[in-house]
Amino acid sequence: MFRLTWRNLLARKVRLLMSALAIVLGIGFLAGVLTFSSGLGKTFDGIIEGTNADAQAQPAGSNSWQQIGAGDTLTISPDDVAELAALPEVAQADGTIDSQALYIADTDGNLVGGGGAPTISFNRTDTPNLLGDPIMELTEGRWPEADDEIALDPSAADRAGYEVGDDVTVFPPGAVGFGSAADEQPPTTTLRLVGLAGFAGGGGTAGSTLVTFSTSGAQAMFLDGQDVFTKVALTAAEGVSQQELVDAADAVLPDGYEAVTGDELVDQQQNAIGEFLGFISIFLGVFAVIAVIVGGFIIANTFSILVAQRVRELALLRALGASRKQVRRSVLVEATMMAVIGSTLGLFVGLGLARGLASLFGSFGLEINSDVLNLSPTTVAAAYAVGIVVTLVSAYLPARRASKVAPVAAMREDTATTEGSLRRRTLIGAVLLVIGAGIALAGVVGAPGNDAVWIGVGAVIWVLTVAAISAVLGRPVLVACRALFTRVFGTTGRLAGDNAIRNPRRTGATASALMIGLTLVSAVGVLAASMSATLDDVVDDQFTADFLVQSPVFAAFNPAIARQMSQVDGVEVVSQQQGYLGLVEDDVEPSFIFGTDAAFSEIYDLPMVDGSPTFTGDQTLINESTADKYDVGVGDTLTIRFPGDNDVDVTVSGISEDNEVAGAINVPFSVLRKGEIKRSDISLSINLADGADKAAVGKELKALVADFPIVAVQDKQEFADSLKGQINQLLYMVYGLLALSIVIAIIGIVNTLSLSVIERTREIGLLRAVGLSRRRLRRMVTLESVTISVMGAVLGLALGLVIGVLLQRSLRDDLTALAIPLTSLVTFLLVAVVFGVLAAIVPAIRASRMKVLDAIATE
Amino acid sequence: MSERPTGEAARGVAASAHDLVKTYGSEEAEVRALDGVTVDLMKGEFTAIMGPSGSGKSTLMHCLAALDTPTSGDAVVDGTGLAGLKDKALTTLRREKVGFVFQAFNLIPTLTARENILLPLDLAGRKVDQAWFDAVIDAVGLRDRLSHRPSEMSGGQQQRVACARALVSQPSIVFADEPTGNLDSTSSAEVLGFLRRSVDEFGQTIVMVTHDPVAASYTDRILFLADGRIVDELRDPDRDAILAKMAGLQDLATAKAAG
Repeated sequence: MFRLTWRNLLARKVRLLMSALAIVLGIGFLAGVLTFSSGLGKTFDGIIEGTNADAQAQPAGSNSWQQIGAGDTLTISPDDVAELAALPEVAQADGTIDSQALYIADTDGNLVGGGGAPTISFNRTDTPNLLGDPIMELTEGRWPEADDEIALDPSAADRAGYEVGDDVTVFPPGAVGFGSAADEQPPTTTLRLVGLAGFAGGGGTAGSTLVTFSTSGAQAMFLDGQDVFTKVALTAAEGVSQQELVDAADAVLPDGYEAVTGDELVDQQQNAIGEFLGFISIFLGVFAVIAVIVGGFIIANTFSILVAQRVRELALLRALGASRKQVRRSVLVEATMMAVIGSTLGLFVGLGLARGLASLFGSFGLEINSDVLNLSPTTVAAAYAVGIVVTLVSAYLPARRASKVAPVAAMREDTATTEGSLRRRTLIGAVLLVIGAGIALAGVVGAPGNDAVWIGVGAVIWVLTVAAISAVLGRPVLVACRALFTRVFGTTGRLAGDNAIRNPRRTGATASALMIGLTLVSAVGVLAASMSATLDDVVDDQFTADFLVQSPVFAAFNPAIARQMSQVDGVEVVSQQQGYLGLVEDDVEPSFIFGTDAAFSEIYDLPMVDGSPTFTGDQTLINESTADKYDVGVGDTLTIRFPGDNDVDVTVSGISEDNEVAGAINVPFSVLRKGEIKRSDISLSINLADGADKAAVGKELKALVADFPIVAVQDKQEFADSLKGQINQLLYMVYGLLALSIVIAIIGIVNTLSLSVIERTREIGLLRAVGLSRRRLRRMVTLESVTISVMGAVLGLALGLVIGVLLQRSLRDDLTALAIPLTSLVTFLLVAVVFGVLAAIVPAIRASRMKVLDAIATE
Repeated sequence: MSERPTGEAARGVAASAHDLVKTYGSEEAEVRALDGVTVDLMKGEFTAIMGPSGSGKSTLMHCLAALDTPTSGDAVVDGTGLAGLKDKALTTLRREKVGFVFQAFNLIPTLTARENILLPLDLAGRKVDQAWFDAVIDAVGLRDRLSHRPSEMSGGQQQRVACARALVSQPSIVFADEPTGNLDSTSSAEVLGFLRRSVDEFGQTIVMVTHDPVAASYTDRILFLADGRIVDELRDPDRDAILAKMAGLQDLATAKAAG
């Protein structure tokens, strides 16, 4: 039996390859995602482990903070550093200054790494890392010495187009270095690039830009030239453990500072990054799973057709004495071999895909060294396991059907298997659809737990059920296509429509593969359109300012910009918004503390629940959710802990409804001052005087920051558009990832059509004999293909529409508007038609090349 | 062709072969399926091509019917030489000038009997001559089967549908390749009777390949093929004469094989 199976495989090389292609792509995607995720993890692990010293002295509690540009003000003096260095446990103590508040312009004046990975500036020290190796490595030039000299990491220098010796334009941190209010233009500073220095070991920077200053240069740039440091990197003396080092350091550290072991820092950083990496892996993994499932459909369908075409051969085997089990096994062995070949090829495809993804992420600023993108044993094992299991599961039903072929079928003239009744399947399907609807509706009307999960479960049941009974559900689409094609293309169209209808299961299974992808496309499309519509509403409703000034890179900027803008003719009021992270009450995770001036309540009319919308002194305005979270009302007190264990008590003066304009916790600037936060603006809201020419004022405001790409001036519409742009970017990414499962579905159409064409050889010959030209024969195959793809598209888009609408309903508290992206849906339908045409190219050419005589000659 | 052919024997040639040669295979193992066949097939005649297996009778028909291209020589159908015609022209010629009845698999399974019959006209985009359609349908006796699909009809009925399809476009010539090969004797008689009548009543030209002497006895003229050549001919044959000729051919072949 085994030999026969092997012969079968060899005899059908092309068919085998086509079917295996579905596995190759599905497994390729999976392996690619796994490889990419682990490469991403390794890149970050390498950076984290390679860049931490044995221990670090830092402002107390700063583990939980993220740098957002406006630095804390706590510093440590060189005397303190010297005291640390003198400890017997300490081999080396280096005062450090680091900041993410500086940005670099490339040679065209654009931000380097805009919006993606951070730009990290620090002073040059020779502190060794945990392993005793140097952290930084100079690859070209020399280390910076003068205050206006810097080194850049090689990749950033390359991206920005700078070479050693060039002048580099930088945007200094917001709170310093900005000229007086009289300055016409926000200044940029020029620094000289004297060397290229990156993390030692060449492990890459994950897209971050590294800027190395001399110590005095960093002090001049970030600490107004004071001879102080923000942190101290500690290296343990011979034989001293990290904990002993920390204990010794803590004894001499000034108030507000604490020492933390290197291991703990590594853990903290890995945890923080792990969450982000986990999200990426899951996000990509979902699409890989979808691709594999779609691939499974294709495999199941291909095997069904192959078995149907081999009925006589199988019957002959049975007549010659093969047992049912042997017949079934021969099909399953064939499937296994296909899975092994497909998975092997898939692994290589995956490796290529991982490299492709890496370069895609690289273009977004997150660079991954391709050295770490290797197939791990886990990935290889997972790929083979998934490939084989999915293929065997998919091939099982066809194999069982093959084993049921009666020996007498070998003797029958008419070998075309008639498809069994779909009634039972339809009945069960209908019941399942109702159950799915029930579960989804439960989600909409508010069953316990997460509504979206209820709907998700219902949706999965729906998709699988529709896929199983698509032969029945899709029939109206097929009939409509046939009618349309008959009308437009006459007999050719009629024959094509009939061909699509004659094997409902085959057509249904082929279309289902496409349906799955398009269901997601349409559901996601509805959600994205609803998000955009909701945004429009929110911006219209709540953002009552005429102009907003924000930083596209979330950088804080100098308050001088607000002063300059307030002097522009036509500007009536400019409200500054500042802020920093703080721990509220006993929280472990910091919250964003939103600081505003008095003008804020002039511009924005916040819907109030209780108290007053204005706040001064030690007062705070919080939103409803925050009031519920901390169980406070107007008059109650909240404690906010700023970095350096600066506690500030604030009294709740008002509670607003949840909104998008103000923060969860809003305080006047005086509170931030008490918290000793180095303040700079994160956004400005501007209202114009009555009768001011909005366009002219907008032009002038934009001109003010034209050379300052970390700040953007937007009117309401531009603001809404930029937010919608982000939604669309995500949407296109999802579409891009779904594209692969759609490509697999198209391969499925090619496969089905090719097999159908072979099966209908004699019929095609007859048609050619009685006068069907080659061109019309190709058209006939193409129209059949289009019918299949349109059926898949219509079912998928309709189902996705329903799911999308239900999801929007369940999320209606946040996603208030429902929008249906009709244009997109129609576009997808047209795209499906195009895909149908493309899928038919090869089978159509094959059909038209068949010799008329081969086709009609009796055996 | 506005004028319907009458029952009178029409003069002239419907199709002809001129020194047709068809070889298969490479030089060493060359098989000459046709070895210089020259013949005229007359209009309004029912001609049978007979011969042992491998005599080239099907190949001759395929070459005449524009289904296959000869190695050399030319076939002419209704005045049109086939040599050098492109696939498109051949397709059109088959559609316009030729009707086919095959041994098996004559009908498109997705189409009803009526649709199958009208298929060549539909493909050509021609209007149905309703009176002619009715005449053909009545002649084959299928009026009550028109809306049936092939799977709902007997083999004989299917072959009669195929005959109707071959006639309905009023081709210059109908080629039938063992049309009764798969049928029982009653059905065979029905189909052959119908073909005979379409020659007698409608003046249709029919060429039929067969190795069944009974079927051949329905024809006006029999061409005997052996080893790719026309070796004999019989006019207005009866069964005994046919059997005698066939036996002679068989003896010849046996002698050749032995000698």
